[in-house]
Amino acid sequence: MGKVTGFMEITREMPARRPPTERINDWFEIYLPFPEDKIRAQGSRCMDCGVPFCHTGCPLTNIIPDWNDLVYRGRWKEAVRQLHATNNFPEFTGRICPAPCEAACVLGINEPPVTIKQIEKTIIDRAFEEGYIHPEPAAVRTGKRVAVVGSGPAGLAAAQQLARAGHDVTVFEKNDRIGGLLRYGIPNFKMEKHLIERRLEQMRAEGVRFQTGAHVGVTIPATDLQKEFDALLLAGGAEQPRDLNVPGRHLKGIHFAMEFLPQQNRRCEGDPVPDEGAIVATGRRVVIIGGGDTGADCLGTSHRQKAAHITQFELLPKPPDERSPFTPWPLWPMQLRSESSHEEGGTRDWSISTIRFTGDDDGNVNQLHAVRVGPPPKFEPQPGTELTMDVDLVLLAMGFLGPVQNGMIEQLGVNLDARGNVATDENYISSVPGVFAAGDTRRGQSLVVWAIAEGRKAARAMDLHLMGETKLA
Amino acid sequence: MSELRVRQGLPAPQGLYDPRLEHDACGIGFVANIKGHRSHDILVKGIQVLINLTHRGACGCDPETGDGAGVLIQIPHAFFARECARLGFTLPPAGEYGVGMTFLPVERHPRLLCEGIIERIVCEEGLTVLGWRDTPIDGSAIGRVARASQPYIQQILVGRAKAMTEEELERKLYIVRKRAEAEIAASDVPDKDFFYIPSLSARTIVYKGLLLAPQIANFYPELSDPEVVSALCLVHQRFSTNTFPTWQLAHPFRYIAHNGEINTLRGNVNWMHARQSVLASPLFGGEIKKLFPIIQAGGSDSANFDNALELLIMGGRSIEHAMAMLIPEAWSSNPHMNPEKRAFYEYHASLMEPWDGPAAIAFTDGRSIGATLDRNGLRPARYLVTEDDLIIMASETGVLPVKPENVKLKGRLQPGKMLLVDTSEGRIISDKELKRSLYRRSPYELWLRENQITLDQLPEPGREHGTDHETILSRQRAFGYTDEDLRLIVAPMAEKGEEPVGSMGTDTPLACLSDKPQPLFNYFKQLFAQVTNPPIDPIREEMVMSLISYIGTERNILDETPQHCHTLKLPHPILTNTHLEKLRRVSRGDFLATTLPMLFASEEGAKGLARALDQLCRRASLAIKSGYTLLILSDRGIDPDYAPIPSLLALAAVHNHLVREETRTQVALIIESGEPREVMHFALLIGYGASAVNPYLAIETLEDMVKRGLLTPAITFEKALLNFKKSINKGLLKTFSKMGISTLQSYRGAQVFEAIGLNRDLVEKYFTGTVSRVEGVGLEVLAQEAILKHRHAFFPVTDSDTELAVGGNYQYRERGEYHLFNPLTISKLQHAVAQQNPQTFKEYTDLIDHKNRQLCTLRGLLEIKKSQHPIPIGEVEPAKEIVKRFATGAMSFGSISKEAHETLAIAMNRIGGKSNTGEGGEDEARFKPDASGDLRRSAVKQVASARFGVTTNYLVNADELQIKMAQGAKPGEGGQLPGHKVDQEIARVRHSIPGVGLISPPPHHDIYSIEDLAQLIYDLKNANPRARVSVKLVAEVGVGTVAAGVSKAHADVVLISGDSGGTGASPLSSIKHAGVPWELGLAETQQVLVLNDLRGRIRVQTDGKLQTGRDVTIAALLGAEEFGFSTAPLISMGCIMMRKCHLNTCPVGIATQDPELRKKFHGKPEDVINFFFFIAEQVRGYMAQMGFHTFDEMVGRVDMLDARLAIDHWKAKGLDLSMILYNPPTPSRIARRRIQPQDHGLSQALDYRLIDHAREAIDNATPLEIKLPIRNVHRTVGAMLSGEIARKYGSAGLAHNTIRFQFSGSAGQSFGAFLVKGVTLELEGDANDYVGKGLSGGKLIVYPPRNSTFLPEENILIGNTVLYGATSGEAYFNGMAGERFAVRNSGATAVVEGLGDHGCEYMTKGLVVVLGKTGRNFAAGMSGGIAYVLDEKGDFAEKRCNTAAVDLEPLAADEDVQQLYALIADHVAATGSPRGKWILEKWTEMLPRFVRVFPHEYKRVLGVPRLSERLAATA
Repeated sequence: MGKVTGFMEITREMPARRPPTERINDWFEIYLPFPEDKIRAQGSRCMDCGVPFCHTGCPLTNIIPDWNDLVYRGRWKEAVRQLHATNNFPEFTGRICPAPCEAACVLGINEPPVTIKQIEKTIIDRAFEEGYIHPEPAAVRTGKRVAVVGSGPAGLAAAQQLARAGHDVTVFEKNDRIGGLLRYGIPNFKMEKHLIERRLEQMRAEGVRFQTGAHVGVTIPATDLQKEFDALLLAGGAEQPRDLNVPGRHLKGIHFAMEFLPQQNRRCEGDPVPDEGAIVATGRRVVIIGGGDTGADCLGTSHRQKAAHITQFELLPKPPDERSPFTPWPLWPMQLRSESSHEEGGTRDWSISTIRFTGDDDGNVNQLHAVRVGPPPKFEPQPGTELTMDVDLVLLAMGFLGPVQNGMIEQLGVNLDARGNVATDENYISSVPGVFAAGDTRRGQSLVVWAIAEGRKAARAMDLHLMGETKLA
Repeated sequence: MSELRVRQGLPAPQGLYDPRLEHDACGIGFVANIKGHRSHDILVKGIQVLINLTHRGACGCDPETGDGAGVLIQIPHAFFARECARLGFTLPPAGEYGVGMTFLPVERHPRLLCEGIIERIVCEEGLTVLGWRDTPIDGSAIGRVARASQPYIQQILVGRAKAMTEEELERKLYIVRKRAEAEIAASDVPDKDFFYIPSLSARTIVYKGLLLAPQIANFYPELSDPEVVSALCLVHQRFSTNTFPTWQLAHPFRYIAHNGEINTLRGNVNWMHARQSVLASPLFGGEIKKLFPIIQAGGSDSANFDNALELLIMGGRSIEHAMAMLIPEAWSSNPHMNPEKRAFYEYHASLMEPWDGPAAIAFTDGRSIGATLDRNGLRPARYLVTEDDLIIMASETGVLPVKPENVKLKGRLQPGKMLLVDTSEGRIISDKELKRSLYRRSPYELWLRENQITLDQLPEPGREHGTDHETILSRQRAFGYTDEDLRLIVAPMAEKGEEPVGSMGTDTPLACLSDKPQPLFNYFKQLFAQVTNPPIDPIREEMVMSLISYIGTERNILDETPQHCHTLKLPHPILTNTHLEKLRRVSRGDFLATTLPMLFASEEGAKGLARALDQLCRRASLAIKSGYTLLILSDRGIDPDYAPIPSLLALAAVHNHLVREETRTQVALIIESGEPREVMHFALLIGYGASAVNPYLAIETLEDMVKRGLLTPAITFEKALLNFKKSINKGLLKTFSKMGISTLQSYRGAQVFEAIGLNRDLVEKYFTGTVSRVEGVGLEVLAQEAILKHRHAFFPVTDSDTELAVGGNYQYRERGEYHLFNPLTISKLQHAVAQQNPQTFKEYTDLIDHKNRQLCTLRGLLEIKKSQHPIPIGEVEPAKEIVKRFATGAMSFGSISKEAHETLAIAMNRIGGKSNTGEGGEDEARFKPDASGDLRRSAVKQVASARFGVTTNYLVNADELQIKMAQGAKPGEGGQLPGHKVDQEIARVRHSIPGVGLISPPPHHDIYSIEDLAQLIYDLKNANPRARVSVKLVAEVGVGTVAAGVSKAHADVVLISGDSGGTGASPLSSIKHAGVPWELGLAETQQVLVLNDLRGRIRVQTDGKLQTGRDVTIAALLGAEEFGFSTAPLISMGCIMMRKCHLNTCPVGIATQDPELRKKFHGKPEDVINFFFFIAEQVRGYMAQMGFHTFDEMVGRVDMLDARLAIDHWKAKGLDLSMILYNPPTPSRIARRRIQPQDHGLSQALDYRLIDHAREAIDNATPLEIKLPIRNVHRTVGAMLSGEIARKYGSAGLAHNTIRFQFSGSAGQSFGAFLVKGVTLELEGDANDYVGKGLSGGKLIVYPPRNSTFLPEENILIGNTVLYGATSGEAYFNGMAGERFAVRNSGATAVVEGLGDHGCEYMTKGLVVVLGKTGRNFAAGMSGGIAYVLDEKGDFAEKRCNTAAVDLEPLAADEDVQQLYALIADHVAATGSPRGKWILEKWTEMLPRFVRVFPHEYKRVLGVPRLSERLAATA
């Protein structure tokens, strides 16, 4: 390790965000450039722990101390090799991961943790700039054919791994563009989409084939894939949103977040979005129900669409400002998080349960009725706290319930677990021979970093299944 | 060991007990009339010497049975003539017959068989049996146990053949004895183990037995017969670690009495065996084979040494010549040695390796008698010559009263020197004269010049291998390199030229339990010296160490020709590629090299490996037959088909094959391998017989790292290589020194390792003689491991896959090696104690216990049984009682912060457990409770080698005094606290100077042997009789026998530490590769203590990564009563295993002295208390399950443990823990836990009388002055008195000179130890070792008897290791001191008139004035304080002082001059020193000859520029 006393001398520093007043006028990423010497200094804050909790905190088990040190020493090329050893797509996680690694960082016990995520992002961005990233096609082809259903982070990670192991991989995507949630769920101001393109270019060169507009179970019978391919990976995400079954839910102007956010991403790509069915926040009074990341994405998108007024409700009580004693280090801390979108405006409120919507004569929602509730698990309504708000657009960002079941899953007849996810054994294999599952489809709604981790592990299991041995990590 | 035939008396190997591991140490001595006048008086005096050395011996469970004693005298002809006449036969004149002492079976029938065999052999050898004589003995004079095992003792009188000279007769008698030994050993005579021939000679006779010294004259009544006369008498009193009755192992042997231990025995014996094939001598002709085996099986190290010595003497060398061959002086790094003498030693070094280890050996061939010390001088030997031609040599002075006016001179043996009395010439031959006559025997210098070759003389090779950057990564993978190897091992070595340092202990699985493919090296653990044998400081005492070795065909050691030194001299064992090519192409003299491949076909698996090994051995034999003398075993040329054979396996296979073939000494084995890269690898290769190693891949790696910019830019490849070699060489010296071995030559083939997890077949075939006690993997798994690495190398998937494996051995890494303390277990433990949540604690312990069971520790493979009669948990002893058995580990204030240290102390005091000071002393402010009622005092006060802060007041404020012999993380090593960690407060507590670095020496300089340990225990008991004394050992094979010795040395507690214990800083190779798990050490200890019936008087504690209630329960069942914890309590207080303790950057304020970081400490005593109660509650759960009401019931109940078979693990499935679970079949009255206190023998202490005298003076601080006689049996005089005073007055003591005792006589060891302020001891006479040990403000004055006639400054007055660890006080010595005067002095002021080697070593504070000669290596490691040395000869700087750490300069400042003058004046006033007077008289003339010794570090702290800096500034 380079600098033994780095953490004692240097304080945590992140690149500045562009001012909210400026950034809500465009859809570009919000961070300003960060000079190399600064990021290297940040790398030197890593203490090279005897027991680095960060890389256990990371679902991908990124070997964080090693590349922190390499960045400190300016050894970018080796840093990216280390980074890629465990993570296929650091350019995604470096932008949109909530960074459980930083929550587990040992320095975080009594100081602000190392800026691990920023370092990760810098390594991979620089690696692309410097031309370190090139295709790594397999030396030997196995002749085995593998189908991956879904092109989100799990499917892509699996596809890349399998291709490198020498298999013929085809990725099926129901949408017109590759990327799944990365493409249509994540707003551009968090991650610009050209980042996906350059990675796809590498994967194509490594032999991965992509079929878009191919909705397995709808446009292509799932059983066809079973016949054509030696193995099949289900990585279609957990797209079944949690609904809010209250009176008035049917009113116009009440939408799932995943109806709202993809539209904006299409617009950003320059795709036409027909007025009919268009969901826009411009000039409207918006309520976002759900205090999580998706809610925050809706918030930032609404700001940029210039909503008149935005409120975000959360059912749970307001978390403490500091790490809760119930989630001591190195656990993921229960504490109030303020995303960049919150910095940009809007009102947040906690312990709010929506009890009904009322609408105008045209069937458009115009009022939301709610009540303050007590803490979980009972969420008891507090008498006398009923409230009513005027509202034009309600966005439901309350999480997801698992994979969509009609179509492919029905056709394959795979068993589901108690939560409605595809059940697999520890080798990612479902109840149907040759059919594997990974990512949200298997574990339910989760983080991108988990999706990549699942994709990699499933690929390893599939390679082992197909070849009897595997050298995939 | 298959060749081992257990000697009568020692039990057969059982469980973990192995009779090979017995140690002994002793008192030795001789008395002789220089003129050769025989008298009975010599014998009387000899026995008197023996009796006065009794305290150096020991007795076992039966206080009347000693460990053995004996005398060797000249054959009293008149006596035998008279006796034989009575028996009806006539003796020929003296010199024409031999007398044999024989031990025979007691039963008549087998005895007659033995006698018959002897008689037949005597006749066959052309001699005649004159008759037998029943040696009269008195069985009632000896102990019960001794009597039960007593052999039948007879003397045989053998007549010569006609016209035989005495020499020829002696040689014949030798043949007779060797033949009889071999024949009876091979026979099926019942009870043949009784058979033994103590001596059979025409000159000498040995009387010995399992006796205590005072018993010998009564047991052998003839020793009191006035006609039993001799001119010389060699005596020995044994202190053995065992209590088993062994008559044969008593000394003297035929030629020697030995105090010490041969560390390289395994190698020496092997090499001697290998040499037999070329042994020849015209003196024996064809009869030489009758002497085989030269080394008799089953003997002790001393017995084996005697065998080798005897061969050399009988082969025609003089006894002094033979001794100089076997135990040479340290010659190689002494530039001042006479070149002819160096040549003598160097010549003989090409004949044979030294028998290395601490030794004081007294020897005689019946005409000459003498003694020698090993190169380190680690055993005391004092002598005295009288005006009437008597010489008395003994381990101590004062063993025989001699009138002062009759004393001609008093001396001591110096390291590597020899004392010889030739009674036929009637004079003492000085070392100088004796060595001169040796080196002038032959033109050794010329022979060497003409025959010896160096690498430089060989022609440059045309071609050599370079670095192949293209393929290096895959080759690194094939040899199992990890990323950590590069980052944490190779890089630091290349950059700094030093072995990398780390901290905290190891918590990864044993190699045999790891899921990762391991290098074969990792299955071995380094052995190390503890108690019976001191480790060496290879840095500060470099002058005794040597890496030189000789390659070449060994020749007949009984001959002496120029060709004998036709060898290739290597300065160190690491060969660069150029060097190797030179050797490969060598064609000079006998040298001819061939390369044998160490590869096997990966496809063929284990069968392929076995075949390849067999083939390799066959090829080696063939190569020898074809005349090759250098065999290069090479694994160059691996490819996708061929994997490397583990280099150690290939080497050991060939080595042992050739040893068996007896051709081993005809070739040198050289390893050309990609595998070795760290110190342990090289140590193993050399330890199993390699002459040199070419680590080509490590070399390529260095170049590749330079090319890839992985090293600091300033480091070129050449520099990196130089540094790498330097690091490995330094590391090797360190590894040797841990075992107390000084030279590479004797380390080679010594096999000082223990294997863990290798199965019997593998060990017997390839690692013959190596200890491996839990079975384990065989060739099958070794092949699999090699193949896994090989595949990893040649078939990667992606770019990032071509990286090296992460490793994770030193730092936790996902996908790397498993660690017991990992993110999950650490956080669970912290959450459990912080939230006081037993459920979370259970989650924590489940994680560990479960993982353990799979693949981490030996205890994981044990299962705690359930009783058929469990009891309700409510009936089990409460947790608050159990926690009293818990202790925290010895972590010094200095290694951890004040906050952390005191939190632990408070926690342990609250629950009635014990915290430990560690070796950093303790602030006296902590001795009294705080206002809150909390006590920050540590119950256990550690006494470690540096004696930091060990004052009398410290000792009396302890409940337990713990002598740290070794530390789990780095057994056999010292330590270092860098200057930047020594702040004001630490310096105050440690009695040192802020900012000055502190060194802990590897050995305690007052413990070089078991009897020394007994002495320190006695010292500490005297200082504080209320504290129990504990001795901390580290588990390794043989620790049980050491523990038995510790019990016999009257310790109250023995602590067996596992290898996984932590450290604040230690070389990584030590953390990983030295010592064994506590399970093995504890089980062995329990078994050996029970077998010896020594368990009942000592408590057993264990520690080493104890983490859960299950761990504690298993330890208790294996025999522990108490338990130590360090890492887990630290983690409870917030430690997150940063492993940066050595860098002072602990981010949670525990292992740091940085004030900012210390603020981050948030640990609370409650956290620690919660941890201990959780553990205790879990233990209670297990106790209930087993049906134990009290903890005591559980101790040693090994029957409640089962071994699980790890059938599903590819490696662990071969393990067999039955030896750990062995339960010695002793009756129930033999205690299995401590049931009675030790008898410390304090009642005889002189101090009781002193205290009686001084009672009023102590109570009222009134002055007192008393005169008393003193003898050498009065040991540790003044310590108990001092303890009394310290208890009353604290460190302030009394006013100077309040209590004054004037003694006359010879004081015993530790005179004035721990003497406190206010007490003055004056001694007219002389004193033994350890005068003023731990001096704490008192005053010591020693001068020779007023009526003596010798010059005080030329005669030895006080022994070795004087003022060791003194913290304050004054001392005036009117005479010379021995070795290591003022070692680790940290505050005392002393004047002395001469001293031996290593004066003022490691001194950190204080003032020493030397008015006479100094030995070599003065001021080594001295970092503080000042010394003034009178350098009359002007050779001090050049020859005597080690200037690595000090500047030498004239006295300049007035105050310095005045101070020196005043001190000498005080000295004269106190002692009446004539020399002092003389110096003061000639003050202006003498002053310029004084040199001021000023440590660099001290100067730096004082802001005084160094001389060189001043010169630079003025230039």
